[in-house]
Amino acid sequence: MMVRTTFAGFGGQGVLLMGYVLAHGAMLKGLNVTYLPAYGAEMRGGTANCTVTLSDEEIASPVASQPDILVAMNAPSLERFEPTVKPGGLIFVNASLIEVSPQRSDVSEVRVDAVKLAREVGSDRAANMVMLGALVGKTGMLEVEEAVRGMAEATKGKEKFFDLNKAAIERGAAFICEGR
Amino acid sequence: MPSERMLMRGAHVVGEAAVRAGCRCYFGYPITPQNELPEYLSSRLAEVGGTFIQAESEVASINMVIGASAAGARVMTSSSSPGISLKQEGISYLCGQELPAVIVNMMRGGPGLGNIAPSQADYFQATRGGGHGDYRLPVLAPSGCQELAELTFLAFELADTYRNPVMLVGDGLMGQMMEPVVFPDPIDPKDLPPKDWILDGCKGRPPRAIYSLFLEPPVLYQHNLHLQGKYDRIAAKEVRFEHYQTEGAEVVVVAYGTASRIAKGAVNRLRREGLPVGLFRPITLWPFPKEALRQMAQNGIKIAVFELSLGQLVEDVILTVGARSEIYFHGIPGGPIPTPAEVEDYIRSVMSGDGRVGRRVEV
Repeated sequence: MMVRTTFAGFGGQGVLLMGYVLAHGAMLKGLNVTYLPAYGAEMRGGTANCTVTLSDEEIASPVASQPDILVAMNAPSLERFEPTVKPGGLIFVNASLIEVSPQRSDVSEVRVDAVKLAREVGSDRAANMVMLGALVGKTGMLEVEEAVRGMAEATKGKEKFFDLNKAAIERGAAFICEGR
Repeated sequence: MPSERMLMRGAHVVGEAAVRAGCRCYFGYPITPQNELPEYLSSRLAEVGGTFIQAESEVASINMVIGASAAGARVMTSSSSPGISLKQEGISYLCGQELPAVIVNMMRGGPGLGNIAPSQADYFQATRGGGHGDYRLPVLAPSGCQELAELTFLAFELADTYRNPVMLVGDGLMGQMMEPVVFPDPIDPKDLPPKDWILDGCKGRPPRAIYSLFLEPPVLYQHNLHLQGKYDRIAAKEVRFEHYQTEGAEVVVVAYGTASRIAKGAVNRLRREGLPVGLFRPITLWPFPKEALRQMAQNGIKIAVFELSLGQLVEDVILTVGARSEIYFHGIPGGPIPTPAEVEDYIRSVMSGDGRVGRRVEV
């Protein structure tokens, strides 16, 4: 088993944190994991992305030729990374900000109204954790509890956000199960 | 006790490993893409009663390293390419004075100010000596977070064993990437073997001196021969490398550090198709793993060098292999990060000899 996920959006959406949480959850589960953030002369309002690879075997390259999954938090990210996704792959679209759907017919789309669902559990800013909940709910790469554990580990020192983040992850997963 | 499994970014791994290896002094000057290392040490060294100084320049920091090393400390500095260039005079002095120190170069694109993207273009500078004089220093090239931890330990050990600076080379990808790491047992600096040559006050013993000025030619001649003897011992004993799927391989990629991780991904893709390809990875860039590579070359395989620079590693391969094997070269300068699929394409091209990607090197 080897799954590569690219998270992309603009700076401030918590894109790197999504990957960071997933990576911690996977490590605590005992999987091999690499977390590779895009690293450039970044600026506020610019784009951010990272790639997380989970595997039960040694991970050779942290650089993905074709990610299996894309989590697109804004329209420019969908446009930029859609062509890189492996045929048969999965694209999670933040439907709160992205009106269009992927143009490719060889990938599947999962639309999540992440900002609206995040607002339901307390804050728009938890949209990233809603998307993460949807990601693990849909793919089963981690159990929801494992994702929550990863979040707790990755956000040490920011315990005051734990309840909100937990609720957001669970809301995203529930959205996948229940379709709303 | 070894640590629990922790998810850390590469730059922090080096900092934590240095502290656990008994390093209590760090001197440096900021430069991207390695700032996370001094950032980490600025608080971590304070916790263990160490010394962290953000110096006024790279030149000042390497000279502080000289001082701390002469006084007996396990000491580290770090920088990225342009900053390492500025430290070269001090590195030459460390070698001339036989002072142990660990120097980390998170290489970036060059020449000049270049950019902050992953690069391996400082291979010549690291392995041939960017400073003046006849000197050598071990150069370690980790390819992941676990190895960053282990080779940082090794760097301090080699430095003390041979009384010589040791360089650890990575790049922005290696420094930013996170992987789970288990750290070796921590070392208490008090438990390290005493050094009988340091300048720690001569009360009750004859004074000592550490210098690199030998005005009399016969004396400097002898000093150079003495240093050379040490370099010969290092070259004989401290070679490290990894064979990966080279058994029965018809094409063997030679790559190190970040490039080797990407190449390993490419090798896995091709092996899944049953194609006989492998990877040979130098872990010590100096001393270069000549014997192991030469043995492999005798089997008539094709050697495909892959580096994030335009023809540096390949020169050591040429010097080692000569005309024993066909040597191919593919290099990517300036920071674009190739994917395993691109390296796969290169290996396929070498296999078929169609010349599409990379080129055959004339020896």
